[in-house]
Amino acid sequence: MNGIWDVIKIIIPGAIAYTMPILMGALGGLYSERSGVTNLCIEGLMLFGCFASAATIVKLQALGMDYTLSIVCGICVAMLASMALSYLHALASIKLKADQTISGTAINMVSSALSLFLAQTITGSGNITIVRGIVRRNIPLLSKIPVLGPLFFSQTYWTTWLCLLVWGASFFLLYKTNFGLRLRACGEHPSAVASAGVNVHKMRYIGVLLSGVLSGLGGAVILVTYAGEYNSGAGINGLGFLAISALIFGQWKPLGILGSTAFFGLFMTIANTGRVIPGIANIPTGFLGLFPYLATLIALILSSKKSRAPLASGQPF
Amino acid sequence: MKKETAKVIKKPLEVKKVPSFLVSISTVFLGVLAGSILILMIGKNPIKGFERLLFGAFSNVRRVGNTLSMSTQLILMGLSFSFAYKTGLFNIGGSGQMLMGGIVSTILGHYLPSSMPKPLYVVIVVMAALATGALWGLITGFLKAKFNVHEVVSSIMLNWIAFWLCYDFIPRFVKDQAIAVKSKPLPLSRTLGTEWLRNVTGMSTLNFGFLFAIIACIVVWFILEKTTLGFNLKAVGANKYCAEYAGIKIHKSIMISMAIAGSLAGLAGLTYYCGYSNLMEMGKMPNEGFDGIAVALLGNCSPIGVFFAAIFFGALKMGKGSLAATGIPTELADTIIATIIYFAATSILIASFWKKVFKKCYEKKLAKYEGEEKK
Repeated sequence: MNGIWDVIKIIIPGAIAYTMPILMGALGGLYSERSGVTNLCIEGLMLFGCFASAATIVKLQALGMDYTLSIVCGICVAMLASMALSYLHALASIKLKADQTISGTAINMVSSALSLFLAQTITGSGNITIVRGIVRRNIPLLSKIPVLGPLFFSQTYWTTWLCLLVWGASFFLLYKTNFGLRLRACGEHPSAVASAGVNVHKMRYIGVLLSGVLSGLGGAVILVTYAGEYNSGAGINGLGFLAISALIFGQWKPLGILGSTAFFGLFMTIANTGRVIPGIANIPTGFLGLFPYLATLIALILSSKKSRAPLASGQPF
Repeated sequence: MKKETAKVIKKPLEVKKVPSFLVSISTVFLGVLAGSILILMIGKNPIKGFERLLFGAFSNVRRVGNTLSMSTQLILMGLSFSFAYKTGLFNIGGSGQMLMGGIVSTILGHYLPSSMPKPLYVVIVVMAALATGALWGLITGFLKAKFNVHEVVSSIMLNWIAFWLCYDFIPRFVKDQAIAVKSKPLPLSRTLGTEWLRNVTGMSTLNFGFLFAIIACIVVWFILEKTTLGFNLKAVGANKYCAEYAGIKIHKSIMISMAIAGSLAGLAGLTYYCGYSNLMEMGKMPNEGFDGIAVALLGNCSPIGVFFAAIFFGALKMGKGSLAATGIPTELADTIIATIIYFAATSILIASFWKKVFKKCYEKKLAKYEGEEKK
């Protein structure tokens, strides 16, 4: 019994750390797709965020800036850099009415090539490693709660709370404000929104740019929490595409994606910490590695049949 | 005198249509321009950079051979993407299909008896690579047809599943005792290369795969242009509701199209891992899956266009090795490729630019003609 409790104490905080970047990516995708622009470049945007924050943090720390402050700066720069990249997608898919799938794929390629190119010019190698990520802290009082305390409030990253705050704010923004209603309507029936006097293009630009900002945040969170380095070879291991799958599995709803990303986060953690879990420790690394992706595929099979994507998603207006 | 000029200027009938070739060339031009700007930004000389690229790709027989051998995979991957694209499917899972084709042929290469005559051996591995790739593509097609799973997401997941399967299979079946993260190298007699081709091209990696790629181009062209199957597939891609109304089975078409696309990618795996290279590395996702998309889009998804686009990208990828001497990061080539796809995605803009140019020409000619008439 004690053994299982120990394992759970390892897995749950790990799963929360893995969930947050996917949640941010999926939330970014939510803004974009709800406004009517298919966004397959979450992967690229997150990768670029990861790279931008790594480069910024390393440069600032070399200049002697305080750890925490440089991490905050890194996250901000990541959000701006990914937003700039997402502007390219917005331009292609909204103004130039390009095929949004192709444009998204192009952005993914631009992101991986450009970040590697810049990393080579900045550090001379394809990897950027930061000295130290965010220090994990216990939340005072709350971490003393039995059972829940050690699982959710001990050894947490402050970015986790930031991400949850962003998620809550997005929920409010999308469902409780005029802006949210208009944004969602742009993804369902843009001509009706346009006839009500709303600028559809502007709403879609906002949707795509917000997806860039949030994906950038997600990428930076990967770096400053568990990864600690930008690695051009592995990239971010398809987390951005997992985020898109989570978006579909979560039926394009904030609460749904919170659940589905937690599901994926849990599977990623099990795959990565499989060595210490009794019972599955004997499974070869390769099979553990493919586990989250297989689970995603099965989840997609179960959820796609009755999926209700935003009606106008992918159609230029 | 006046009458003679009037004869020369004929009345132009209509505005000239924009040929897709012109659009592709413009895209390449813009990509190269973007690359030059990047080189300038890091304070290097772009002309020198591109000179080195060309030098690395074409300066002698061996380099030309290597370029063609690099292009082989790109041709096949480009064809794979184009074929699915004609049916309205976005096959981004080329990398996974390629890995699966590669691992199966590598394992066969090690386990088939070495006394087997080479022609028979080649036939068997080609069939195996085609079948494995087709199976991997078919999964995506099946999920799309039966469960409405978006093909982009499912094929990305299958890419990673293939990645981790290879991660397991390489040490399990074809482990190299000396280098733990690679498979045992195949001897020349078990790859697609031959002594003769090696000698002719000065020890380059050029192999029979290039011939297969050319054959694949012809076969794909034949299927798409000359058969009922190709017509059905293209009809589904053009308008699936219309195709369904005409009695074409959409679900079946989607599955067939993905299977053929997958088999082409599987063949690319064979030519890459048992031709261009002779071993597989653990934990390496081939870039060709994405480069194939670039090739197909630049080549306007036609077999002949794909062929030339692939040679162009092959030259970029082969030539980038020589960039190191100039201090420009070799990733420049990938950046140019990525930029080219972005411009290919927004090719409507380029096409409309040329349309405007042609219209101006037309109006000028018309005005001139009318002016001559009045005189």
